Amino acid sequence: MPDWSGYLTLILHGALVTAQLTVMGCALALVAAFVAGLARLAPVAPVRWLATVYIEFFRGTSIFVQLFWVYFVLPFAGITLSPLLAGVLALGLNVGAYGAEVVRGAILSVPKDQYEATIALNLTRFARMRHVILPQALPLMLPTFGNNAIELLKATAVVSLISLSDMTFQAQVVRAQTGSTLFPFLTILILYFAMAMLITYGIRLLERRMTRGLDGVR
Amino acid sequence: MTDPIIRIQKLDKSFGTLQVLDGLSFEVKPGEKLALIGPSGSGKTTILRMLMTLETISGGRIEVCGEPLYHMTKGGREVPADEAHLHHMRRHIGMVFQHFNLFPHKSVLDNITLAPILTKGEPKAKAEAHAMELLDMVGLAEKAKAMPSQLSGGQKQRVAIARALALKPRIMLFDEVTSALDPELVEEVLLVMKRLAAETDMTMLLVTHEMGFAHEFADRVLFFDKGRIVEEGPPDRIFTNPTHERTQTFLRKIIAAGHRV
Ligand SMILES: Nc1ncnc2c1ncn2[C@@H]1O[C@H](COP(=O)(O)OP(=O)(O)O)[C@@H](O)[C@H]1O
Ligand SMILES: [Mg+2]
Repeated sequence: MPDWSGYLTLILHGALVTAQLTVMGCALALVAAFVAGLARLAPVAPVRWLATVYIEFFRGTSIFVQLFWVYFVLPFAGITLSPLLAGVLALGLNVGAYGAEVVRGAILSVPKDQYEATIALNLTRFARMRHVILPQALPLMLPTFGNNAIELLKATAVVSLISLSDMTFQAQVVRAQTGSTLFPFLTILILYFAMAMLITYGIRLLERRMTRGLDGVR
Repeated sequence: MTDPIIRIQKLDKSFGTLQVLDGLSFEVKPGEKLALIGPSGSGKTTILRMLMTLETISGGRIEVCGEPLYHMTKGGREVPADEAHLHHMRRHIGMVFQHFNLFPHKSVLDNITLAPILTKGEPKAKAEAHAMELLDMVGLAEKAKAMPSQLSGGQKQRVAIARALALKPRIMLFDEVTSALDPELVEEVLLVMKRLAAETDMTMLLVTHEMGFAHEFADRVLFFDKGRIVEEGPPDRIFTNPTHERTQTFLRKIIAAGHRV
């Protein structure tokens, strides 16, 4: 009779790694998305090009290959990262590239009227963005950001490639040791789903808070 | 003879292959109330938008308060204006839009104080006190805390006027400010503008299809067709005794459409 509680603990340790990767990856993705998304709209052409190269590169190659490069190839250039850091970097930059297009799209979908009003009021470029455009663009980004975060959560499984013991990795260990497939994979199925629900719920809360002013009941 | 506050010289504007303005020239005196009338598509909005730096120019020159708007001097030579120069020039000019363009995520009061606080660096208390005066003037003091979505069209437009006034521009541009309003809401906005015209020495450029209002409001009327001034003069003459055939046709059509002159 296998020691199920011991194996469950193992999987829960993996869940911690997965959660860590997801939170840190999302944080990096968010920063990358805003930096690249705003850079795509910059008045200076080279800044736009740089952002485009980043976005197209990370969207055009798979996360699998990116992770491989970050972990196994960068050391040849003298940059050695811990598996966790490598995972966060690859996941964050990958999802950030998708997020950048969301940021850009949301900013562009704020009506042109609003932008023109900020010019007529002689706001500086920064003030236009900070006080008028972004507050209206943010609620538009949130639902897609939520989807991106869940995509990132699911993509964390790829880190077992670089010997990081995340949830999926631990499930495979348990399966190899016990011969049971149902127990480990049912457990991580439930855990992944719970984490995804947490993200969905969090985003919904944020959305409700942000749109409160917009329908006039503040 | 005072210097003009706006001087437009041989102004060209095209959108792609469509030439909208073709060598347009006119001047506006400080404090003058000018009405721009003419058929739809004749370029009236484009002129106001160019004065507000919402478009670029294709050729010619605009001077505002004695300084070129789209040019600046650098190393003794005149070069196209950069953002800093435009920012410097825009402080003279304010604009009220057809569709109000209020910020939906900000209260009425915040809509008005945003630019004075951010652009002019006014302390919040001072900006709010001034905003309340302006709201009082447009008859909306009790709506200070409301969100734009809770206002009627006429109220929104009056807030938009207060918002533009908060920066104390020397020139105000009004682009068909009543044409998006339900007919019963037009009068309250026109009333505010009449009062403004009577009480301030601001220079005002007004694009409108309200001929009765233009007649009463303006010192001078410019009739535009196809990006050119066909006829200009005091409202009494333009509206009662237009000399140009195109002006006559236009006014006849407007009257037939139910607008009073
Ligand atoms: N951004 C634009 N792109 C292309 N054409 C434009 C643009 N803005 C205005 N136009 C055209 O310029 C002409 C003049 O427009 P406008 O200045 O709005 O006239 P008005 O205000 O007198 O009705 C019209 O033919 C209009 O279609
Ligand atoms: Mg127009």
